[in-house]
Amino acid sequence: MSAASSEDVIPITVEFSGGLEMLFSNQRKLDFSIAAKDESGLNSNVAFLVRYLCDNVMKDPRKDLFVLDDTVRPGILVLINDADWELEGEDKYEIQKGDNILFVSTLHGG
Amino acid sequence: MSSVDAQIVALHAQIASCETQLQRLRDQLFEAESHRDISSGAATGQTPLSLVNVAPSSHPTETSEGFSHQEKGQKVAKIWPLDKHEYRRYGRQLIMSEIGLTGQLRLRSSAVLVVGVGGLGCPAAAYLAGAGVGTIGLIDGDTVEESNLHRQILHSTERVDMAKVDSAIASLKSLNPTVKYVPYHKRLTAEIALDIFDQYDVILDCTDTPASRYLISDSCVLLEKPLVSASALRTEGQLMVLNNPPLPAGNAQGGPCYRCVFPKPPPAASVVSCGDGGILGPVVGTMGVLQALETIKIITKGIQRSSEPPSLLLFSAFSNPPFRSIRLRTRKAKCSACSAQATVTREALESGSLDYVQFCGAVSPIDALAATERVSVVEYSRLYNSSDAAMNTQPSIKEHILVDVREKVQFELGNLEGSINIPYSAICRSSATASTDPLSQPPSEDGWVAQLRNLAEDRPIYVVCRLGNDSQLAVGKMKELGLDGGGTRWIGDIRDGLRAWRKRIDPDFPEY
Ligand SMILES: [Zn+2]
Repeated sequence: MSAASSEDVIPITVEFSGGLEMLFSNQRKLDFSIAAKDESGLNSNVAFLVRYLCDNVMKDPRKDLFVLDDTVRPGILVLINDADWELEGEDKYEIQKGDNILFVSTLHGG
Repeated sequence: MSSVDAQIVALHAQIASCETQLQRLRDQLFEAESHRDISSGAATGQTPLSLVNVAPSSHPTETSEGFSHQEKGQKVAKIWPLDKHEYRRYGRQLIMSEIGLTGQLRLRSSAVLVVGVGGLGCPAAAYLAGAGVGTIGLIDGDTVEESNLHRQILHSTERVDMAKVDSAIASLKSLNPTVKYVPYHKRLTAEIALDIFDQYDVILDCTDTPASRYLISDSCVLLEKPLVSASALRTEGQLMVLNNPPLPAGNAQGGPCYRCVFPKPPPAASVVSCGDGGILGPVVGTMGVLQALETIKIITKGIQRSSEPPSLLLFSAFSNPPFRSIRLRTRKAKCSACSAQATVTREALESGSLDYVQFCGAVSPIDALAATERVSVVEYSRLYNSSDAAMNTQPSIKEHILVDVREKVQFELGNLEGSINIPYSAICRSSATASTDPLSQPPSEDGWVAQLRNLAEDRPIYVVCRLGNDSQLAVGKMKELGLDGGGTRWIGDIRDGLRAWRKRIDPDFPEY
């Protein structure tokens, strides 16, 4: 891979927990690279990542169990490098190289 | 109000404030004495001697019997802060600096409420009773079922059908008879929550629905109680200590509440119960034990003194590492429960205007098919047995195809002979419509679709599942994918699934 192309993508780790992995073919952890810029040429943020996951990674057609009204559905916490995304700017957080982004569905059983 | 009434109210208030102050002084005294002990050394033989009866009595439900020892006819005996049996029973935790005498006295004078006496509540209550929490309240409206026993460790085989609360208290009393247990044989509702919660210092959410989680959190915020909340499903668990420190709504220094973390409830369709999803005993047990641990930490440190930043602990039994701690947000500036703009008020909660069940929604029973697309288990059994007979009792279905859409692991627990297993999870993933993503491949036909297509096209397909919900959706999906040959092949489901089959046709069919 040329130097130029490696600058165009950002390697990240995405994890799913709390049952969300079932929507992603039972994968709990994915290492992949995401485009550094989104459709409008802006730095890729978490909102872009969510769209990307929904359109390209998620095989399950029940999209509403992951996204609702263009953002992750209620009951899912997004954790950026082990911190609540609300501490990091929510879906406007710009993805950095090596970020770990964890999607956790809240559990209710007891 | 007459002046006498006013005086009475004022005196009550004054007494309450003095009692609080007295308790604080006692705490300080014991802390000071323990420091003196350390500095002066035990070699002098000096032991702290209290001049007052030190049994803390600030809590209204506290029983102080047995704590004062004054034998007749002798000079005034030393009054030890703990009873003889307490030194022995709690010795192993008393000698730890994290607990010590002060911590033990705080445990004894505290009252903890466990809401839900199931997989979380059982281990939590057991460890709290063991540690010597003075009063433990238990709320649950359910009775013990056999399917509870693999994880709800306070119940037992001979107590199946007994109220969970009574079963739990029977076990707890044998574990530690000196604790005061308060039973509430009902499901928690908004009408009763505040009156009950008010009598406790820490609340444990050991329930299993979103509606109860919001109700419990709101009640804790209104009454300024710390909340130890946990949940579990399958191989995973989650734990949060909320509203800690339990400062009044509007005080940003207070800990976040459940609504700060989850302002909106999840769609009802995304909520999976232990009955549907499964639960491993030690997984939910681990979470309940951790709730007891957090509660002990809160009490022994002294309520209101929390300095730990809010966090969410994730436990995933089959991952490595299995534990992960996540930093949570602080109180949300616009939280509807704990901010200065809170709309969740005592009046709103008590009047019932906050309809928690409606707020969280309910999954309406699935009714996706027309009557002509469904058969009852009785109708199907005629067909099933006739094909059986036609084959000279050889268990093979020739005249129709029976598709069992439960997951493979459930299918293997027991199935109708001759049925084909195509899990619903595979069926729902198949899509007839082209993907919106231009980069994706044109959808190739999934293996199961081809399998069904290759079976004789004219044979009707009967779809069955555990309860009769997934089977309907599977029928819809099969038709969408054209497996009915444009209406030439009948596809339908068996109403109410294998549960009805067991109830009405074959009582030996495994129940799980
Ligand atoms: Zn809040």
